Amino acid sequence: MAHFAKPNVPGFAVDVYQNVNLPEGGREVNAIVTVTSTGADTDTGAVVPGPRVPDAAVVLMVDCSGSMDYPPAKMRSAREATAAAIDALRDGVAFAVVGGTHQAREIYPAGGRLAVADDMTRGQAKEALRKLSPGGGTAIGTWLRLADRLLSSSDAAIRHGILLTDGRNEHEEPDALRASLDACAGRFTCDARGVGTDWEVKEVTGIASALLGSADIVADPAGLAEDFTRMMETVMGKEVADVSLRLWTPQGAEVVFVKQVAPTMEELTDRRQESGPRSGDYPTGAWGDESRDYHVCVRVPSAHVGQEMLAARVSLVLPTSDGSSPHVLAQGLIRAVWTDDLEASTAISPQVAHYTGQAELALAIQQGLDLRKAGDVDGATAKLGRAVQLASRSGHADTAKLLAKVVDVVDAANGTVRLKAKVSEEAEMTLETRSTKTVRVKK
Amino acid sequence: MSQLPPQLTACPACQEPLEPADNFCGGCGVDLSAVPPAPDDPRAVGWRRPDTSVAREADDYRLAPPAAGVPAQPARGAGPAGPCAACRSGMIDNDGYCEHCGHAQPRERDHMEHESAGVAAVTDRGLRHHRNEDAYAVSTTDLPGRPPAVVAVVSDGVSSAARPDEASAAAVEAAHDSLVTALSRGTAPKEATHEAVVAAAEAVAALTTPGHEPREHGHYRHENAPACTIVSAVVTGDLLTVGWVGDSRAYWVPDDRSKQPARLTEDDSWAAQMVAAGLMSEAEAYADERAHAITGWLGADAYEVEPHTASYHLDRPGVVIVCTDGLWNYAESAEEMASVVPADARSRPLECARRLLTHALDGGGHDNVTVAVVPFPSRAEGAGSA
Repeated sequence: MAHFAKPNVPGFAVDVYQNVNLPEGGREVNAIVTVTSTGADTDTGAVVPGPRVPDAAVVLMVDCSGSMDYPPAKMRSAREATAAAIDALRDGVAFAVVGGTHQAREIYPAGGRLAVADDMTRGQAKEALRKLSPGGGTAIGTWLRLADRLLSSSDAAIRHGILLTDGRNEHEEPDALRASLDACAGRFTCDARGVGTDWEVKEVTGIASALLGSADIVADPAGLAEDFTRMMETVMGKEVADVSLRLWTPQGAEVVFVKQVAPTMEELTDRRQESGPRSGDYPTGAWGDESRDYHVCVRVPSAHVGQEMLAARVSLVLPTSDGSSPHVLAQGLIRAVWTDDLEASTAISPQVAHYTGQAELALAIQQGLDLRKAGDVDGATAKLGRAVQLASRSGHADTAKLLAKVVDVVDAANGTVRLKAKVSEEAEMTLETRSTKTVRVKK
Repeated sequence: MSQLPPQLTACPACQEPLEPADNFCGGCGVDLSAVPPAPDDPRAVGWRRPDTSVAREADDYRLAPPAAGVPAQPARGAGPAGPCAACRSGMIDNDGYCEHCGHAQPRERDHMEHESAGVAAVTDRGLRHHRNEDAYAVSTTDLPGRPPAVVAVVSDGVSSAARPDEASAAAVEAAHDSLVTALSRGTAPKEATHEAVVAAAEAVAALTTPGHEPREHGHYRHENAPACTIVSAVVTGDLLTVGWVGDSRAYWVPDDRSKQPARLTEDDSWAAQMVAAGLMSEAEAYADERAHAITGWLGADAYEVEPHTASYHLDRPGVVIVCTDGLWNYAESAEEMASVVPADARSRPLECARRLLTHALDGGGHDNVTVAVVPFPSRAEGAGSA
């Protein structure tokens, strides 16, 4: 193997968990693929003491619509949170602040460019936050397009946005936001936060999902600063961007689905981009020191008992700047072996079973909340009861706690619940926003 | 006429009907010019084609032609070069799978043969298992001032344990080396056999070291340490010594079929214990689904390895058959075994081993099949070591 002069590329490892055995005539192969990236070469860190300078550019998008003034603490908290995020910028990182209403406005540094973080620019940026004053509507698509323009002026590997909104995207058509997200997807990643309880959960989670970032609710504006600092630190920890999950499958095989299943549920099936014969790439965004799980389901042509097939080859690939064949960071094999041993072929991998349950949990919560909004008490009770049961069984304590704010749990093991008569907006939105968060298999 | 290949009428990969002028298949896009249309390509020997809608008849197993110089010790890593044995159009990747259809390629251990003066052996994956977890080691050793010793060791990896193929390979290697060394030192065959089984047990137990298993192989069933059976036969002069643990067997089949053949080993199995305790008839016991549960094996989790040994003085010409249950399932009693051993077994031991393999495969080939054939009197006498 050639030596790659890429000191900032972390080491990647791929582990595959599956039951390889299929019964006679069996075609569907399921596997959980765990991808772990471990920090970049620490030797280089020893030469230059202090924290590593990430090759990153970040744009902060802060909602300045009129509603941010109700209560006035909201705008004040947003300013403080943005200031805290700016403080978390490491020296050398390119950044900008955008104020968002029905149009997008450059707050700092202005002139269609990014500033480079140091003591002086951080101070100037915080000073400029005074210009963040409420007034106007909300058109998030325009904010994203401005962020894209600013980020494209940088050649940083990691390009990231942090978006804060408190209201619905009322001043542009949903299609316009959709088009902006399509235009920005793959160009930068973005975390999205809803502050208060007047925003639309599906809008905020949709932005984070399309741009491979995280979504969350910050119901109490006082919690914003801490959350912004944490988000910025996560960005500063990213070491490599534009990593794709590449899936090779044999002739005649069909990819049933590809999902990220941890730390959050994220459907990737439709984001496939063909990358060669029988091979497709799924975007995974930027990676720091972290581990994610993917559920891959492939339908292969059946073979005789006693035969063995490679059902899929999973690799993590990094595009090269000169367009030559991408750098393969790690890979794993998903196999299929046909057997007449029923005990072997009917066993379900504990990892596959666990994440199948987590996917059902996320779906049950969303369906349950939708039915509740639609006034279908029986339907909502059944779905949320099932969710309580699944959360309890998989040891998902966080989700169980959130569910308990929406339903009265009579018997968690059997999923017997009653809908609460009064549910706070905050509890419902928190549950919906966090429904896709998963827990990993207990060891 | 030029040497054009015969015209393809259907795509060899997906069976889509083809027009005479087609360069690529309209169904799956395979490059037809790259497809060698040779149905009896020697690379395909022993290979069962993937499930396709036609030509299932062609899947019948064919026995490999005599392969000279196949080592008794299984080697790893030597994958076949050239196109895939299943679809014949893809190349083979570094992991041993076809880049086109994904099929695993035949492995060296899928079918191996050995013949030397005094002994022959065959092992085969069978028809229903995806890999061969059996192993053998055979040889003839000159002993100073005494007749040469013919050694045959056969082992069957326990499928419900981890890495059974490694267990059986380690067992036959350790037992064979131990036997040959002890016999060369002048150790009595019975004692040497006992030592050899103990050496094999230690070798298999040593495989338990963690970190051996690639994680892709799934975590299911890994609670069991690698395990296997073992059976050995040593012929020195007219003395036959057998040793075993588990349910692999040795049989004696005299040339004169009017004389009584014999099973020389007593299984460590549920069925054998039921019969021995008088709780069931042999027929009842072997019909039970628990019949093959073994009560003795080599491996780190074996309670206490008790090598069984037995010696026999051979007083007439015949052959010793050393085999795994992949064979004896299709010829259980000594009489049944004798009926499938060819009349010329003693003069053509490799042919005999192949015929017995064919018998097992014709019966369904549900397990890996391994058989070693030791003619008596030994043809190795005066022939030197092999």
